[in-house]
Amino acid sequence: MPLSTASEKIHGFSENLHSTFASRYVQTSLPRFSMPANEISKEAAYQIISDELMLDGNPRLNLASFVTTWMEPECDKLICESLNKNYIDMDEYPVTTELQDRCVNMIARLFNAPLRDGESAFGVGTVGSSEAIMLAGLAFKRKWQNKCKSEGRPFDKPNIVTGANVQVCWEKFARYFEVELKDVKLRDGYYIMDPEKAVDLVDENTICVCAILGSTYNGEFEDVQKLNELLEEKNKKTGWDTPIHVDAASGGFLAPFLYPELEWDFRLSCVRSINVSGHKYGLVYPGIGWVIWKSKQDLPEELIFHVNYLGSDQPTFTLNFSKGAGQIIAQYYQFIRLGFEGYKSIMENCRENARILRDEILKTGRFDILSKDMGVPLVAFSLKDKSQHDEYEIADHLRRYGWIVPAYTMAPDAQHVSLLRVVVREDFSRTLAERLVRDVRKVLLYLDARPPKSIEHPHTAVASVNEQPKPSRNSDRDHLRALSVFDKTLNSVRAFKVWKKNALHKTNGVC
Amino acid sequence: MLSSAFSEEHHDSDSSLHSTFASRYVQASLPKFRMPDREISKEAAYQIINDELMLDGNPRLNLASFVTTWMEPEVDKLILQSLNKNYIDMDEYPVTTELQDRCVNMIARLFHAPLSDGEQAIGAGTVGSSEAIMLAGLAFKRKWQNKRKSEGKPYDKPNIVTGANVQVCWEKFARYFEVELKDVKLREGYYVLDPEKAVELVDENTICVCAILGSTYNGEFEDVKRLNELLQEKNKETGWDTPIHVDAASGGFIAPFLYPDLEWDFRLSCVRSINVSGHKYGLVYAGVGWVVWKSKSDLPEELIFHVNYLGSDQPTFTLNFSKGASQIIAQYYQFIRLGFEGYKSIMENCRMNAKVLCDGIRDTGRFEILSKDVGVPVVAFSLKDRTKHDEYEIADNLRRYGWIVPAYTMAPDAEHISLLRVVIREDFSCTLAQRLVNDIRKVLEYLDARPPKLVEAVTEAITQAEPDMKGDVVPSSIKLSAVIRDVVLAKKLSKRMNSFKTNGVC
Repeated sequence: MPLSTASEKIHGFSENLHSTFASRYVQTSLPRFSMPANEISKEAAYQIISDELMLDGNPRLNLASFVTTWMEPECDKLICESLNKNYIDMDEYPVTTELQDRCVNMIARLFNAPLRDGESAFGVGTVGSSEAIMLAGLAFKRKWQNKCKSEGRPFDKPNIVTGANVQVCWEKFARYFEVELKDVKLRDGYYIMDPEKAVDLVDENTICVCAILGSTYNGEFEDVQKLNELLEEKNKKTGWDTPIHVDAASGGFLAPFLYPELEWDFRLSCVRSINVSGHKYGLVYPGIGWVIWKSKQDLPEELIFHVNYLGSDQPTFTLNFSKGAGQIIAQYYQFIRLGFEGYKSIMENCRENARILRDEILKTGRFDILSKDMGVPLVAFSLKDKSQHDEYEIADHLRRYGWIVPAYTMAPDAQHVSLLRVVVREDFSRTLAERLVRDVRKVLLYLDARPPKSIEHPHTAVASVNEQPKPSRNSDRDHLRALSVFDKTLNSVRAFKVWKKNALHKTNGVC
Repeated sequence: MLSSAFSEEHHDSDSSLHSTFASRYVQASLPKFRMPDREISKEAAYQIINDELMLDGNPRLNLASFVTTWMEPEVDKLILQSLNKNYIDMDEYPVTTELQDRCVNMIARLFHAPLSDGEQAIGAGTVGSSEAIMLAGLAFKRKWQNKRKSEGKPYDKPNIVTGANVQVCWEKFARYFEVELKDVKLREGYYVLDPEKAVELVDENTICVCAILGSTYNGEFEDVKRLNELLQEKNKETGWDTPIHVDAASGGFIAPFLYPDLEWDFRLSCVRSINVSGHKYGLVYAGVGWVVWKSKSDLPEELIFHVNYLGSDQPTFTLNFSKGASQIIAQYYQFIRLGFEGYKSIMENCRMNAKVLCDGIRDTGRFEILSKDVGVPVVAFSLKDRTKHDEYEIADNLRRYGWIVPAYTMAPDAEHISLLRVVIREDFSCTLAQRLVNDIRKVLEYLDARPPKLVEAVTEAITQAEPDMKGDVVPSSIKLSAVIRDVVLAKKLSKRMNSFKTNGVC
């Protein structure tokens, strides 16, 4: 008895000496529904989670996303050092708070906000453009409500006017904050908001018109200047004073560097607020956005909460409260590290690489290009001939090479147009672009050699039902059975196509 | 000509070789209002920002905050590796998405949600309890509106019932989502929600009653069980079916480990949703919170957005969209690294250290303890005698030793009570607790030796008005009563600003 107890003890001790993969920890699967009862060693915890995460996609090959996937190691260091800082503790971290204010000032001036030297801008750092848009929308809604109240008009049916190509967060805003969304439908060949139609939809209950600088569908910039002209006219006639909000989530850090003469920002009189994602072309990791207002009166006082900060008043207007300080510091790092010339160089590189990618894709002769030259550096392309295979298959097969390229359909009323989109980020070099095109060609070759999906699927289904086809006396019955399987599969393929088109409709999280 | 051109070139080529502090970069101050025109080297950028950030407070000595300030190096490694993952890309990062689902399941079961084995819980990961509360509130509002519509009754004046000690995010929710906030005032000696008064305030427009498990003012747990009983009775009488939401931002990861018999969660029939901060006693860095609903019917379908995820449907309900994946992974790490026993040990340590601190403070003989034994490990204490000096001065002077201890006043109607609060987090050891008590004693000695703040302020005001004044005689030109009045007024104003709930301390 004592001997075996001793051996148990020895065994227990040696447990901790085992290398991770020799230990008992990798014998059981990780708990999924209930918190485990016991502790495990930190090395084991790290290794097991890290291993499972290997099966996530590689962020840098994720060509679906605009969101930054690479930063300099110095910045990583700064972020690591500030992981344990809670950004909202302004009193405890006054420098971090000031860095945020500096970023707001820089961005506001980048957007030509009418500010004097040394005047503090009106804006705030957020977790992303979603929060930024909700804050901007809330400000418009409250301002409009106050105006209606003072004029004795009803204020229970606010609406916003956007293009059908808006990102899903506008629908969220509309749904959660009880505002009606009036969207301008797209049409074949015109995939952004039509300014004339937009202004037509404006009525006395419109709290704002939203224009996108950099549509997520094809990267195009909407014509904010034209919208501004038409809206100015209408405002003069009606006296409604409807404002514009520019959703510059992607375009806000592109236009000032690549197209400085393009008038889309606070230079236009109706534009009262702008949001931009720091984590897209602001070149910071996910988790930061910015919203800027033109002036104090565009932000109703009652929405602002006042925090006592170092004995003085610090106004705040955010939905989130506690959050990490890392991304704010990283954004400031990028501003001073790169400066105007650095951002300009990077955006020029992106534009050039996008152009090269586009040219190479055109050379295959199989695609139409749906993105424009002027816009976000991305290449949106669709098959000229969709009869045998479609873009979803290309996307699926590109995954085998490691590339994540999304396929989706346009917003209504152009849902019949399906396309692929490659976003060119800072870290997408020319070499990678050429490699991608080679792999696209390989995929095309592969698909050309195969029958269309609508034939392949039923065949597979039939084969799986009749695993051992035997010469049978009841060949008719077999034949009928095969046909019914064929029909079922064909219908399910059709149903899947319909479902996919519906499911992918805007609520596809790709942003 | 030749020499100057040569030396200019030479100087420029050398500038990239210069060590950071020898280079030109530290000669100019950092831009504050406008983006600089030129690039600078990454080493310089790092150094300059790092140096400025040295003047931020030390997060680990920040005793004001419940939010986690230390994690194991292994987690730091995991976090660094996932900085560039955008959590919302479910299609691209299916494992990360699954980790979130696992966390939701574990938390739901920790809160005794009525789930069968292998059944998926209803919940979401958020950026913090603020977002979690807004989602929960939104769900209640919409559910109530739908009910009223179906009954043909007006639905334009929703309200929620809370204690006056709620955290500011409830006021934000009320203000931004146009819901009236009906709060139960506190009173001296009773600093949490009074269940009877709360239930009295409930009317047909009430979308929910919010109870806090771990008040931010003194760490106390509200009596959710009693609230549930009373609300059940009222619901039976009126047929209104008013639900309870438990704001367990701090308490959610304490009660299950330290007080498993305390009934506050889904075991109570009226409780329909609970939020908890992963970044408080969930032991993760700032930026993650959780909200769980009791069942599918508590989350109206129309609020849910459906995302196509790997060809199947993934429902999502969040305010934020793109955000980092790191904190979710870190939360899952903590769950499997620590397990139930690990969390329990840590919370027990916190409770013990809180007791050590509490006893040490009580032993000075100068303070009353306002926090309770059962609650969040927090020590809230106030001076017995406030006539000469107050808690704000103690807080100010403790800063000189490096400690950040907040002083504030209670919520209405107990605003005359001011107090200090020390939060005991995982990384606040017994040694630190003893050191803090020592420093408090030093501060008390220092203050005892000085005249009251009022006298100092008046003296200063007089000296400023009459810099040539000699001796102790106040010149007749100065109206002493006016000076005193002005000083007192300024003091009162600053106190009111300090105490206003919107003090961000959370």
